[in-house]
Parts: sequence; structure tokens; C-alpha cells
Amino acid sequence: MTIPQAQRGRPGPADLPDERLTIETRRLTKLYPGGTLAVDALDLGVEKGEFFGLLGPNGAGKTTTIGMLTTRVVPTGGEMWIAGINVRAHQQDVKRIIGVVTQFNTLDRRLTAWENLYHHGRYFGLSRAEARKEATRVLELVRLEERGKSLVDALSGGMQQRLLIGRALVHRPEVLFLDEPTTGIDPQGRLALWDILLQLHAQGQTILLTTHYMEEAERLCQRVAIMDNGKILAMGSPDELKRSVGAETIITLRAEPVTPALVAALENVSGVRSVEEGPRGLQVLAGASRGLVPQVAEAALAQDVQLIDIAVSTPTLETVFMRLTGRELRE
Amino acid sequence: MTTEAAASPGLRARPTLPMGFLQPFMAMMERDFRVLKRDMVPFMVRTAMQPFLFVFVFTYVQPKIGAGAPGFQDVLVPGLIASSVIFQGIQAVAIPLVMEFSQTREIEDRVMAPLPVWGVALQKMTFAFLQSMIVVAVVFPLVYIVPVNTPKLHISILALITVIPLGAFLSAAMGLLIGTAVNPRQITLVFALIVMPLTFLGAVYYPWSQLEAIRWLQVLTLLNPLVYMSEGLRGALTPEYGHMSYWAVYGGLIFCCAACTWGGIRMFSKRVLS
Repeated sequence: MTIPQAQRGRPGPADLPDERLTIETRRLTKLYPGGTLAVDALDLGVEKGEFFGLLGPNGAGKTTTIGMLTTRVVPTGGEMWIAGINVRAHQQDVKRIIGVVTQFNTLDRRLTAWENLYHHGRYFGLSRAEARKEATRVLELVRLEERGKSLVDALSGGMQQRLLIGRALVHRPEVLFLDEPTTGIDPQGRLALWDILLQLHAQGQTILLTTHYMEEAERLCQRVAIMDNGKILAMGSPDELKRSVGAETIITLRAEPVTPALVAALENVSGVRSVEEGPRGLQVLAGASRGLVPQVAEAALAQDVQLIDIAVSTPTLETVFMRLTGRELRE
Repeated sequence: MTTEAAASPGLRARPTLPMGFLQPFMAMMERDFRVLKRDMVPFMVRTAMQPFLFVFVFTYVQPKIGAGAPGFQDVLVPGLIASSVIFQGIQAVAIPLVMEFSQTREIEDRVMAPLPVWGVALQKMTFAFLQSMIVVAVVFPLVYIVPVNTPKLHISILALITVIPLGAFLSAAMGLLIGTAVNPRQITLVFALIVMPLTFLGAVYYPWSQLEAIRWLQVLTLLNPLVYMSEGLRGALTPEYGHMSYWAVYGGLIFCCAACTWGGIRMFSKRVLS
């Protein structure tokens, strides 16, 4: 094995990418001219074949992160590699091996669905015959084989979204970037899209997805990084993240007034691990839920407060986000 | 064109060839030709209508009803070719580009192709250049055939085959600059404030030298890139009506081409990258 040359005159192993990772960022930073720190020293590692999600509210820095990884946003600090290629130094090489679905519909309106795929393949160096073959293959993959001859505007929103994803796959990229792929898609269209994405992942496609829908991250991603204000707050599989809450049951209690005595009384109920104030009311984190709700309700009523609502749930990524930031994911 | 990519650590993908940008460049040309072929009829109509109506009214209708100036058909040949070419750059490059940047956002996809951002801009210009050459081929016969009195041309081949491509280039570069500098809400304003004065005061309907009578206007219109093309073509086709010196023609054309290309590519990159 040859010893790799150092990057851009800054020698040392710290500047070399981790061979095992398909996407890697080190202290990646974007400070916009206006003074907004959109991404703050981000360290990220995505393995080959992984379905990775960046979950966070609007303005968390997800789109800027994807923008930098896909060469459209110029970072102000840090380094990043895709399949071992330094993104800043070798943009054209990186573009060749990534597929990008941006938040906006960027389909070529003057071409048909099939032509969109064909010409995309040609941009990426496929021969005419290859491009024709791939266009037809992808059209089937995104279940639009019947609509190949339709102009883009004649397709429904969900179909256009599938075509967008298909187009990003024509040149068989090593990594597929999806920026909020199901925003503005009807529920049925979303399910169809999820199916396609899971199928792609099953075939070994490395995918980085951003979303502010926690169901989407939970359903699709093997690992999720929860992002807010340009930083990663927590990272792990959806199960790991949910376990980090430290409770199997969450009882959300809306009561008035919320007094320290009420909180103390709730904490004393056996099985309750902690009580926190959240945006939706008091959150009672507890172990197994059997028989717990009546006890919690009783304890609350004994404090002479007005009980407005009580809801039982299991931890979700939303809970994780709320506990980390004190806010809800969708605000 | 990152040849050093091959030597960089951990590179697993195909290294980019030194001329690697040619392939996506040509692929984008292929796409543009497909669209042009589909839109050929509207393209022709759009291109031909204005110059046709102009020569029809002023060099066919007017002489027939006993109005109009003698020799006007000769003046119009270079003028209308030049203004059609420049107008084409704005119509076929600038307006679609404004849309691709804002409403359709197609440009965001085009720049994801393995081509440097300036390469994408250059491709847009190259195709616009070819379209402008087609415009010449359409308008030239038109302004020659329609007039009642056939224009008397004294063709200087050398000037013709240099001024036409330079003018086509200028049209493409101006299209790129306007298309990247303007947002959709300003389009109609741009037409009123830039396009109309450019074409009306571009030495299209009179030789520039005759503007001596209105000295301030003669000097002011030197700012208009179209003047150099009109005058260059006037020298190449109807020199007896007097034309600007070739030094000024070529100097002006080359300067405007360089300035618009530089500005256009710069604006383009600025709009695409953040």
C-alpha cells in the first residue's frame, strides 16, 4: 500500500480522510456574510451503505450542510470528504459521484420525464446507449414507466418528486443526498417515496437525508443526527436516541397552576423517574406504564390543581429533540 | 479540470481528464439542440417577425404609397441584422435564464453536473452564440428580398465574417449578463429601460456618422454596444453610406464582448454559489 500524499501542503494524518467513511466532515463551518453561523464546526461520519438522517427544525443548518457537501455552498472552515475525495479541492470529481435532490423542483420543464433522465445521464458522461438504458431503468425504479413521454408539468407533484429522485440516480452515484424530499407531498405520495428510498437502501445505496419530520427519520434512517443551530446535539440509531430519554412511558400532563408541590408530588409516584416542564405541559418520564396513569392523575388532583389534559405516549425522536432544546421540532 | 485530483489521497473515483469538462459541456449542447429543434417554428417566427414587419412597412409599403426615404432599404440591412442579433441574445438567453434562476430553479441542477460553474455559463453562451448565427441566416435574406428596391450591397467578406461572429458573441455575452443581473420582477422594466433604447439608438435606422448633427447623442450612443455591430456591418455591406472606423468597430466589439463575458460569468457564479 502506498503512503498517501498529504493534502494541500498541510501534512499529517489529521488531514487525511477516514477510509471507512463515505461522507466525512471535520469541523465543517459556514458563516454567512450577514453574520449567521449556519453550521458550527460539524463533525459527521457516514458509512458506506448507510441511510443517515439529519433531523432538525427549519434553520438548523441541514440544507447548508448538504449545500457544502454538494459543492454549492462554500464553507468558511473545516474539511469534508466524499468517498475519500476532498470536496473543496476536487469539486468536479465529487459532483461525478453524488446524486443530489434539492429542496426545490429543478426538473427541466422543456423536456419529458424520460428525456430528463436521459440528458442527465449524458451530463454525467454516459454514452447515448447507456443513457437510454439507464433512463428506462430509472423510470421503472421510480414507477413512472407509463409517464415517460409526459412533459414535466403534466406530472403530479408526487410524480415530479419521484422523477427528481430518479434523476439523481441515473449516473449511479455513490451517495444520494436528499434535502427535505417529502416536504409538500401528500401523505400517499410520501409513502410511495419512502418505499422507493427503502428499496434503494436495501440495494446498498448510501443516503444522506435531511428532514424535519421525525416519522420520516424514524422510518427510514439507520442513524440520525439531531441538529439545531448548526450543531449536532445527539447522534445514534432512532432506538438509541429514544432510549437516551431514559423512560419507556411519557405522560404529558396539562395542569393549572403548575406548582413546585405538584412537581414534587408527581416525582414521588412510584415508577416515575423524572418530571420536566416541556412546551406541551409537564412531562412525566416513567418506566412501564401499567397502572401509572391513574396514580399520576390522583397525585395531581390531590394537589388541588385543575387537570386539563393527560396523554400517554412512548418516546419519539420528537421527545428527544424537545428534551435537548426545550422546543418542538416543528415550530 | 482538476488534474491533480489523481494524486490526491484516498481518491477512488475515476480521475478527471484534463479535458473532462468537454463531455458534460457537449451533453448540455445536445440538450439545448433538442429543445431548439422542438421550438424551431416559434423560434423562427419570433426572430423574423420584427425585422420582417420593419422592412415590410418602411421599404415595401412606404415606397409603394409614395412615402419614405430613398436608400432606406440599404441603411436597414446592416442595422436590422445587428439589432435582431442583439435582441436575440436578450430574448433567447436572458429571459430564460432569469426564469431558470428564480422560478424553475433549473440552474441549480445544471450546476450539479461535473462541470465548473464557469463552464455552465460558458455553455449557455456558446449555445446562444450559435442561435445568433442562425438569426443572421434568417434575417439577412429577409431584409434583402422584401424591399421593393433591392438593397445595393458592396460586400467586404473579411469584415462580414469577422463582425458577424463578434456580434453573435456580444449578443450571447449581453444575454448572460442581463439574465444573471436581473430578477423576474424587473424584466419589463429592463425592456423599457435597456432593450428599447439599445435597439432604437443603436445606429440601426441611420448611419452613426450622420449623427454629427446631434453631437451629444453621437457621443452618448458610443456607450451602446449595438452601435459597433451596426457600424461594423455597415462597413461590411453598405460602405458608401459611411461608417465608423474599423478600429473603433473592432475595439468596441472586443471590449464589450470581454466586459459582458467577464461580468456575466462573475454574476453567474455569484448567483449559483453561496
